[in-house]
Amino acid sequence: MIEGLNKIFESRVRLGIMSVLMVNDEIDFNSLKELLNVTDGNLASHIAGLEKNEYIKVIKEFVGKKPKTSFAATAVGKKAFQDHLTALENLLNQHN
Amino acid sequence: MENSKQHLEALSGIKDLMEKSTKFISLSGLSGVIAGITALVGAFLADLRIDYYLNNTFTKTRLEMYLSENLMEELALELFVIAISILVISITFGILLTMRESKKNGQHIWGKNSKLLLLNLIVPLAAGGIFCLILMYHGLFYLLAPATLLFYGLALFNCGKYTLGEIKYLGVLEIILGLLSAVFIGKGLLFWAIGFGVLHIIYGALMHFKYNNKPQNA
Repeated sequence: MIEGLNKIFESRVRLGIMSVLMVNDEIDFNSLKELLNVTDGNLASHIAGLEKNEYIKVIKEFVGKKPKTSFAATAVGKKAFQDHLTALENLLNQHN
Repeated sequence: MENSKQHLEALSGIKDLMEKSTKFISLSGLSGVIAGITALVGAFLADLRIDYYLNNTFTKTRLEMYLSENLMEELALELFVIAISILVISITFGILLTMRESKKNGQHIWGKNSKLLLLNLIVPLAAGGIFCLILMYHGLFYLLAPATLLFYGLALFNCGKYTLGEIKYLGVLEIILGLLSAVFIGKGLLFWAIGFGVLHIIYGALMHFKYNNKPQNA
């Protein structure tokens, strides 16, 4: 961790996932894929990374007979994202 | 310095995603322009018809005393047909252009965000529509222009959270026009033409040039 920046959010995709989850209670896999414009595999691996750190939780449910996977940010994840944003803003203020 | 540019990009990317994932940003500016032009043509036609009926009665003064009941009803019917035509043309073009726009932005036209937008638009509009019918039932035709402008403005203001935030300003302007037209009774058609015609054209054109020339980041 350099200057309060969170390494986990160095990836554009992981940062994107958290951005979306900060303002949406939950979002399903396909909507997230379209928003971030990434492939299935790419998204899945970044989600696994965030889940491992307990920044997001996975919600599995059935819509009719189809399984649907959604995600939501955990309190830990929201806190981490906030801290990362604050660090980003501080860095920018220092430079200017 | 290189870092600081990266951080700025990260921040603006975050903001874009937050907006795109919670708002329906694909309302077409062009459809606003078309709605405005249609409204102006409609207002012009309505003005012609009103003039025609006024000149074909015995005298121009004290309209309500000299106009026979039948003529009033005929005029009301014609104005009603004009109003409905404007509505149908505007909504048709609005839907078609918005479909095109949402395809370009990769946003579903019938997703969570557009549903939220529509719901927040429809509740104040439906209340206003029913209120206007009640006004007509009581014969208070001179309050129709203020009421339509006011409720429309409130509906737009309410939508600021669910689409491009600029729509709030259009809402405020419509509300002001609605209040003014309630003061200057008799100039209803003029205020109506400004509110639904001129303002739509200006707002639609501004939004078109602001957002259409700039490709949305994927």
